[in-house]
Amino acid sequence: MTATTHEVGHHDEPTGFTRWLFTTNHKDIGTLYLLFSLTMFFVGGAMAMVIRAELFQPGLQVVDPYFFNQMTTMHALVMIFGAVMPAFVGLANWMIPLMVGGPDMALPRMNNWSFWILPFAFAILLSTLFMPGGAPAGGWTLYPPLVLQMGTAFPFVIFAIHLMGISSIMGAINVIATIFNMRAPTMTLMKMPLFVWTWLITAYLLIAVMPVLAGAVTMLLTDQYFGTSFFNAAGGGDPVMFQHIFWFFGHPEVYIMILPAFGIVSQIIPTFARKPLFGYASMVYATASIAFLSFIVWAHHMFTVGMPLAGELFFMYATMLIAVPTGVKVFNWVATMWRGAMTFETPMLFALAFVVLFTIGGFSGLMLAIAPADFQYHDTYFVVAHFHYVLVTGAVFAIIAGVYYWLPKWTGHMYSEALGKAHFWLSTIFVNVLFFPQHFLGLAGMPRRIPDYAVQFTDWNMISSIGGFGFGLSQLLFLYLIIQSIRGTRNATAQVWEGAKGLEWEVPSPAPHHTFDTPPVVK
Amino acid sequence: MAEAQSGYYVPHGSHWPIIGSVGLSSGVIGAAGYLQGMDWGVYVMAIGIAITLYMVFGWFGTVIRESVAGYYNDKVDLSFRWGMIWFIFSEVMFFAAFFGALFYARVLSVPWLSGEDPLTSRYIWDGIMLNWPTAGPGNAALEFEPMGAWPLPTINTLILLTSGLTITIAHHALKAAERVKLVVFMWATVLLGLVFLSFQAYEYYEAYAHLNLTLGTGIYGSTFFMLTGFHGMHVMLGTIMLIVITLRCMAGHFSADNHFGFEAVAWYWHFVDVVWLGLYVFVYII
Amino acid sequence: MRLSKRTVLMVGALAALLGGLVQPAFADYALNMPQGVTDTSRDIYGLHMTILWICVAIGIVVYGAMFYSIVKHRKSRGVQAAQFHHSTALEILWTVVPLVILVAMAIPATGVLVDMEDTSDAEMSVKVTGYQWKWHYEYVDEGVGFYSNLDADSQEARRLGASRKPQSVENYLLNVDNRLVLPTDTKVRLLITSNDVIHAWWVPDLGWKKDAIPGYVNATWTQINEPGVYRGQCAELCGRDHGYMPIVVEAKTPEDFKAWLAEQKGGAANTAGGDAGADAGQQTVGTDTETVEDQSDPAGETTARADTGAQGGGSDSAAGGMTKEALMSQGQQVYSARCVACHQADGQGMPPTFPALTGSAVVTGPVDDHLDMVINGSAGTAMQAFGPQLSDAEIAAVVTYQRNALGNDTGDVVQPSDVQAAR
Ligand code: HEA
Ligand code: HEA
Ligand code: HEC
Ligand code: CUA
Ligand SMILES: [Cu+2]
Repeated sequence: MTATTHEVGHHDEPTGFTRWLFTTNHKDIGTLYLLFSLTMFFVGGAMAMVIRAELFQPGLQVVDPYFFNQMTTMHALVMIFGAVMPAFVGLANWMIPLMVGGPDMALPRMNNWSFWILPFAFAILLSTLFMPGGAPAGGWTLYPPLVLQMGTAFPFVIFAIHLMGISSIMGAINVIATIFNMRAPTMTLMKMPLFVWTWLITAYLLIAVMPVLAGAVTMLLTDQYFGTSFFNAAGGGDPVMFQHIFWFFGHPEVYIMILPAFGIVSQIIPTFARKPLFGYASMVYATASIAFLSFIVWAHHMFTVGMPLAGELFFMYATMLIAVPTGVKVFNWVATMWRGAMTFETPMLFALAFVVLFTIGGFSGLMLAIAPADFQYHDTYFVVAHFHYVLVTGAVFAIIAGVYYWLPKWTGHMYSEALGKAHFWLSTIFVNVLFFPQHFLGLAGMPRRIPDYAVQFTDWNMISSIGGFGFGLSQLLFLYLIIQSIRGTRNATAQVWEGAKGLEWEVPSPAPHHTFDTPPVVK
Repeated sequence: MAEAQSGYYVPHGSHWPIIGSVGLSSGVIGAAGYLQGMDWGVYVMAIGIAITLYMVFGWFGTVIRESVAGYYNDKVDLSFRWGMIWFIFSEVMFFAAFFGALFYARVLSVPWLSGEDPLTSRYIWDGIMLNWPTAGPGNAALEFEPMGAWPLPTINTLILLTSGLTITIAHHALKAAERVKLVVFMWATVLLGLVFLSFQAYEYYEAYAHLNLTLGTGIYGSTFFMLTGFHGMHVMLGTIMLIVITLRCMAGHFSADNHFGFEAVAWYWHFVDVVWLGLYVFVYII
Repeated sequence: MRLSKRTVLMVGALAALLGGLVQPAFADYALNMPQGVTDTSRDIYGLHMTILWICVAIGIVVYGAMFYSIVKHRKSRGVQAAQFHHSTALEILWTVVPLVILVAMAIPATGVLVDMEDTSDAEMSVKVTGYQWKWHYEYVDEGVGFYSNLDADSQEARRLGASRKPQSVENYLLNVDNRLVLPTDTKVRLLITSNDVIHAWWVPDLGWKKDAIPGYVNATWTQINEPGVYRGQCAELCGRDHGYMPIVVEAKTPEDFKAWLAEQKGGAANTAGGDAGADAGQQTVGTDTETVEDQSDPAGETTARADTGAQGGGSDSAAGGMTKEALMSQGQQVYSARCVACHQADGQGMPPTFPALTGSAVVTGPVDDHLDMVINGSAGTAMQAFGPQLSDAEIAAVVTYQRNALGNDTGDVVQPSDVQAAR
């Protein structure tokens, strides 16, 4: 019944630079997001390389401690807000309309805006590296009063975060409106692919917590310039209050970075196991439970700040509970593989590594959740190991898996499977060399965010740094494969993968600029 | 054109978003520069704001033109509704951060700092007792008066509640196609919004001039001004939106069954209203 | 065929890594949490190992099932994919079983936590204050207190491009000039707070860490079972030198502790006339850091005395003036020990957060303003009050140094008596 219409009199596609600047097409915007994210991954990765180079041996060799702190802080901000989140929004842009059979995102102009704010926000953020007093150096968590010692960069950083927040909120609103309003009439909610489900729930997390982050940094700004005392004890405020507000955002934020990853993996495993996803409904409920619980666990980042006992107990129990729905997901993936007919193309390899390595990160998360033990783990490399397992081998691996999975659909060409597998093995081996020893370092007592360490930590740090350089270099292969696929010659079929099911595999590869002008029928 | 009414309208490219990005970022760069005492700060900020306003008018102008031209079908309308609802929800969460700060200070940090928790007050703050409202243990000598709930805030509550009523009447009038009633009640709503704002401005003047109550009055001043201030900014924005929508009503842009722009503003106004009730209870009364 | 080899490889790699955790052959590498020397730390160690093994067990089951499936249920073996897609019984099972496991973990964890938070019945209290970047300890009700800085050897080796190698320093970055001395077998309450930004006080062997929040006091407790020296570090990012504010606790038997405390008190009263005060704390640290010997080196006395405030100055000024050379050389020592972290070795600082001293209006202006800045600090900034931390001679020296070095050349000589007058 509904045929899509386009602006009257403009039926030809715009070309050249303005095409990208003015585009309202979900595929173009998805591409922009993904390219931006890739760039930021390399920028943030380069900063991580500075960190690992300095930590290669004890003593200071490469950078000043203050610059080291800038690298740690910027590395995290760039990776989280510049690499991982935009990558997921890019995938959402590309895939959600295709998966639900809609003609485009619901609010196409706003879609363009939510992307085009990002390059500006990051230009501001990265420019702080060159300001007097340097970039932010108080950690990505921006704890006051330390963060108030920042130099000229201070208000620029705050406003850059505001801009990122605006962009995320608009992106999330668009996802919600698209999912609720742009589905093909026969695509009922419980028929939606899991990637769409996980993104719907993620979008709710985003609009619920990004404004809270904006509020928190606004309070920092007024404390610094307008004499308010939110985080100043002399005025009746409390530095710890910032931590509560920050982590009310921050904890859901880490699930923002993992739920879409769960979705991607839930698309890939059934394809290559040639078997329907096990426990679809329980996957949906588990995702929703994780999202709900994520709002009531934030203070597990703050067990050492001196909370009352009752608070510590509550947050410990609530945090532990998250293992249950997450476990359901892991078990469902394993059950999907069980008695399937599996093949191991690159996307599947990354998805399998995700299941194994994310779970390791989950286990260490559970250990951290045990409050008394966290009194020892907190602010050590054990925490660093935990969150890199869930973020790098979790979120980033899932993104890489998703890129290999959908790349032929985007470009119309296959990448080289042999090189893809090489990329997988190099990445998987090096990433473990990089992050597994950090567990030992943390347990042995190495604090995080230090540029220099006691000599007994030397060996594991060297190993970790070697793993880091190896992992970083391996990513050049990823870059090469993406370029190869864009330029490529080997054409992909519409279905691309033998076991692939779903609407996105019914349109040709590459997906035409406009798809589903008339809604498809979902069986 | 008939085709346009049956399909989901997807514009082919728009230059407004990029203008908006340039506007927003130069606005914040200017503001940041200004805060750091750079000479160019204010000018860049002003340019940024000007560009942003240009974008807002241009963008909404385009949307209004498209709407009037009938490009939007019901589905597009519904997308706008989803968008507006969740935008308002995000605003609610922004306020939640500041309410959270207020509750935290009142329930936790102030008692910890004062006599109730022996350790902190004994070892750091000379055992000073604090009671809400307070400017904090470091400002014990500071004399100030808190803002009472009577008379202005209570009157303002009534004003906002009444304005919620008038806009609803206007909405019904719009649905019943009673143009005159619609316009009259819209202007009444605008007027109430303006009265609210001037009362609040007067209240701020009182606070600074006579109560010695400022942003720097410790945690009480911080939460008081930030909460009521952000609310006031939203009322201001809401009033501007009301004026625009009233003018559009007069220009006959809305029909009895197609008036999303009107409804969006009405929702926004109700949201502002509800936040105020929260403020009235938690900031002024309790 | 190729695939199965890969699988073996992957399993092998993982096993090797996991194996690292339990291999005694790797004993040289610190791999695990220390068991520590308090009941709390041992409880925590026990909890840690329990959860670890539970996780390993769950991991074996999950990964076992997964790898079995990867090996057996692969298309290359010609299998046909089954098409089942849910099983309510199974799904309930794997919701309930983890829940039960979690409850089993939560019970002992709760016990330990309740115990850790119980600071009642403490026999003595020590107030611990974090500064950028040093600790201050005060034995509440005893009138004894002192600062604790990174030791001089580490200071020397930690610089960017230092010629001294960290490996040549004993306990590199984990050593201080003045240790916190505590009695064993005594419940000690620690009152932790901060003077500037948030720090965290952490000694792994004691079994916990606690944040030092400016304006608030956090209480915690410890009861050390064995005499010895236990080392830790600040565990909350607190700025540039966060990695350089170690903590060293020396546990003595209650008798030895009493003797030590008495000496501290006595020392405070007795140093008049002694020139020990002229030595910056860092210069006199003993190298016998591992011995649990009586620690009566002059540094301890100096800072203990300086801490008690105004009366501290008397001794030095009585000496009646120091030569410019003596002031400059001592000033340089104090400067490189206490000031470089912010103002940098060349005096350029890191503007705008840490101002340059070279050509600074304060440093080249009236001496009184300069002294005021150093003695009283600047409220709300990282520039802390050095009055209570340094002796009159030290302040006089560092001020003289700043005014005649680092590119400044005012020619002013500031004497300890000037400092005393300015206090
Ligand atoms: C994608 C991001 C991500 C994800 C998914 C998680 C997941 C979890 N995290 Fe993590 N976390 C971070 C990112 C993430 N975290 C970051 C960035 C930080 C540090 C921030 C900073 O300070 O800079 C952090 C820090 C952090 C802390 C604070 C540590 C400290 O600073 O002292 C804690 C404490 O409780 C914690 C806990 C958990 C838990 C319990 C989970 C759970 O969701 C994990 C659940 C999964 C499993 C448990 C595995 C699978 C389950 C089964 C196989 C079922 C059976 C299992 C059992 C019954 C045990 N995390
Ligand atoms: C999604 C988030 C994300 C991602 C992907 C990463 C990726 C990596 N992280 Fe990051 N990290 C964080 C989030 C993330 N991190 C956070 C939140 C913190 C806490 C910050 C804080 O304390 O405030 C942190 C902190 C952190 C630390 C601790 C710093 C400290 O406490 O002082 C370290 C140290 O090893 C580290 C290392 C790495 C490495 C080696 C990678 C690698 O995976 C990166 C690999 C990628 C590349 C290397 C880029 C691609 C390749 C090239 C550019 C080619 C050139 C290559 C070479 C020259 C070798 N990270
Ligand atoms: C923890 C960081 C830190 C340390 C250590 C430190 N300072 Fe400072 N210093 C500052 C800061 C920050 C300021 C700026 C204060 C202000 O803006 O009011 C400052 C300002 C000064 C000034 C005034 C300079 C000017 O131009 O305004 C002098 C003089 C000074 N410090 C001397 C010293 C001396 C002497 C020492 C060591 C005994 C020292 N500082 C150690 C942080 C530090
Ligand atoms: Cu003090 Cu970190
Ligand atoms: Cu968390």
